[in-house]
Amino acid sequence: MKERRLVFEKSRKGRVAVAPPVVDVPHVEPRELIPEELIREDIEGFPELSELDVIRHYTGLATLNFGVDTGFYPLGSCTMKYNPRIDEDVAALEGFTMLHPYQPEECCQGALRLMHELSTYLCEIGGMDALTLQPSAGAQGELCGLLVLVAYFRDRGSKRKKIIIPDTAHGTNPASSALAGFSVVEIGSSKNGIIEPADVERLMDEDTAGIMLTNPNTLGLFEENIKEIASIVHSKGGFVYCDGANLNALMGIARLGEMGVDLVQFNLHKTFATPHGGGGPGSGPLGVKRELAPYLPVPWVEKEGSRYRLVTDAPKSIGRCRAFYGNFLVMVKAYAYIRRMGREGLKEASKMAILNANYIKERLKEDFHLPYPQTCMHECVFSDRYQQAHGVTTMDMAKRLMDYGFHPPTVYFPLVVRGAIMVEPTETESPETIDSFIEAMKSIAREVRESPDVLKGAPHNAPVKRVDEVMASRRPRVRWQPFSDNG
Amino acid sequence: MDFPRDLKYTKEHEWVREEDDNTVVVGITDYAQDSLGDVVYVELPQEGGSVTKNEPFGVVESVKAVSDLYSPVTGTVVEVNDAIIDSPEAINEDPYGDAWMIKVELASPEELGDLLTAEEYQNYIEEEK
Repeated sequence: MKERRLVFEKSRKGRVAVAPPVVDVPHVEPRELIPEELIREDIEGFPELSELDVIRHYTGLATLNFGVDTGFYPLGSCTMKYNPRIDEDVAALEGFTMLHPYQPEECCQGALRLMHELSTYLCEIGGMDALTLQPSAGAQGELCGLLVLVAYFRDRGSKRKKIIIPDTAHGTNPASSALAGFSVVEIGSSKNGIIEPADVERLMDEDTAGIMLTNPNTLGLFEENIKEIASIVHSKGGFVYCDGANLNALMGIARLGEMGVDLVQFNLHKTFATPHGGGGPGSGPLGVKRELAPYLPVPWVEKEGSRYRLVTDAPKSIGRCRAFYGNFLVMVKAYAYIRRMGREGLKEASKMAILNANYIKERLKEDFHLPYPQTCMHECVFSDRYQQAHGVTTMDMAKRLMDYGFHPPTVYFPLVVRGAIMVEPTETESPETIDSFIEAMKSIAREVRESPDVLKGAPHNAPVKRVDEVMASRRPRVRWQPFSDNG
Repeated sequence: MDFPRDLKYTKEHEWVREEDDNTVVVGITDYAQDSLGDVVYVELPQEGGSVTKNEPFGVVESVKAVSDLYSPVTGTVVEVNDAIIDSPEAINEDPYGDAWMIKVELASPEELGDLLTAEEYQNYIEEEK
C-alpha cells in the first residue's frame, strides 16, 4: 500500500507554500485593534507544507476516487448511469450561468421556458398534470408530496394520520412520512415480492392518507397489482404516492399516472443522467394529478401567449420548499438529456436497462441464489444463501469485487432479503463491461468454494484494506486530533 | 441458533420472559441479532414510560440496518437495561442474558397468550427463510 499520511502528519515546522512580501507598513499590535477574546495565539496543529506538498497530497487523494467515469458502478436503486458531457457543456452556457435569481421575468424568458418545457416533459413521462421543480433531492420531493397531501386534507377540514408503506421501501419513505407528521403502517410483500391488494384492503381506512410505494419496487419487480391497489386506496379517499427512484425502468413504456398514481418525484440525478451527490446537486421534481396541483410549492412557471411568468399568488400552496427555483443548472442538464434522447430514445434506454439486468440475472443465477426468480425490471437481487455454508457473506463478496476493479453493488438492501446483493447495471454499460462483471462474480463464486479465506481478507488491492465498520460506528473518530493521546 | 424453551417469542423477533410479579422481561432473539449483524447503537424507552403491544418501543442499529423494536405486550416500563446502551455488543454476545432490554409491568396479562412458543417461533423462522 502507498503511504497515506494525513496532511497534518506531513507538516514540517516553518515550511510555507507562499512567501508574503516584506511588510512595508508600520507594525501594529493586534491587541490595540481587536478585542482580546478574538485573538488566537496559535492554531493548534495547523499544517505547514510547501505548495508542492499540498498539490501532491490532494492530487494523490483524487486518484483514489472511484466513480462512473472510472468504472462499472452497479449500485442497485441508484441508477449510476453515465452523465453525458454535452449536458455539462449546455449547463455551462453563459446565458444560464450568468443569470441572477432576482432577474426580472422579462430578462430570463429562456430560462423560464426551459423550466416550463421540462415540467411538461416530466408530466408527460410520468402521466402527471402539474409539477414543481423546486425539490433538491428525491427525499425532498417525497416530503414535499406528503406535505401537499397534508394541505389537501386540511383544506377539507380533515387530518389523516397514517400512511401505508411496503417493507421493500427505501428508508427515505418512512422518514419523509414521519417528518410530515404521519405514522407509518408497514405492508408486507407477498411470496412473489409484490404487494397484494387484499393486504391493502385490510390496512386502508379513512384515517389513512394513502400508500407510498415504489414501482418497480426495490426487488426490481413490477407491482402488477398497482391498478387494483390504487382503486382500493382511492375508494377510501386516499392517494397513491409513487417513489420515482426506479423510473429508469418505465420511461416511454408505461406512465405511472395511468396506473392510478397521484404523486411521483422524479430523481433527475438518476433517471435523467445528471450527476449524483458530490458530482453536482440532486434534483427531485414532484409531479401530481390535477386535484393536488393547487397545493404545489410556489413559484411555478406559467405560459401566457408566448410569454412565461412565475406564479406566486396561489393561496392553497404549501409555500416554498427551497430558496428560489431549485437547482436550476441540474434542470438544464436533464432538459438537454431529454431533448437529445427524444421519446424513442428514452424508451430504448429503459428497455436496455431492463435487458441488462435480466441478462445479469440469468447468467448468474446458478452461482448466486435468486430469492425472486421471475423476470425483473431494471435491477436484480441475489442473496448469499449458496455461500453461507462456506462461511462467506455478502459483505465479503462485495469487498472482493473491489479487487476485480468494480464498485460493489448495493448490499443488505432491500431488508426483506437476507444478505441481499442488488445489481443495477443501467443502459449505458456495454456488453463487454457487463460480461466482465459477470466473469468477476463467477470467479468470486469459485473462490468461495475453493479458497474462502481470500474473501474474508478482501479487499487486497484497494488503497485501504477492510475497514472496521463496527468500531467506526461504535467509537467514531471523525477528525484528526493534534495530540498522540487521541484515543 | 438458540431458542430457549422457557421463553415466549414474537414474529418481530423479540423474546419475553415471564416473572412472578406480573412483569415480563423483553429482549431480541439470537436469530434477530444474527440477522442484524454487529449492533452499534440501541435506543430504549425511559423508565416509567408506557409501551403498547405491536408498537415500536425502541430502535436497534447495526452496520447493515436500523430496525424498530416492537413491544410484545402493553404496559409500563419498570426497568431499563442501560448497560447495553454503552455496550451494544452485548446484544450480539448474549441476547437472552446480559442484553435483556426492558422490564414491563403488564396492563393486560392475557396478551401473553398471543405469543409464540419456542417451537412455533423456530418453525416461523424456517418458513421465513
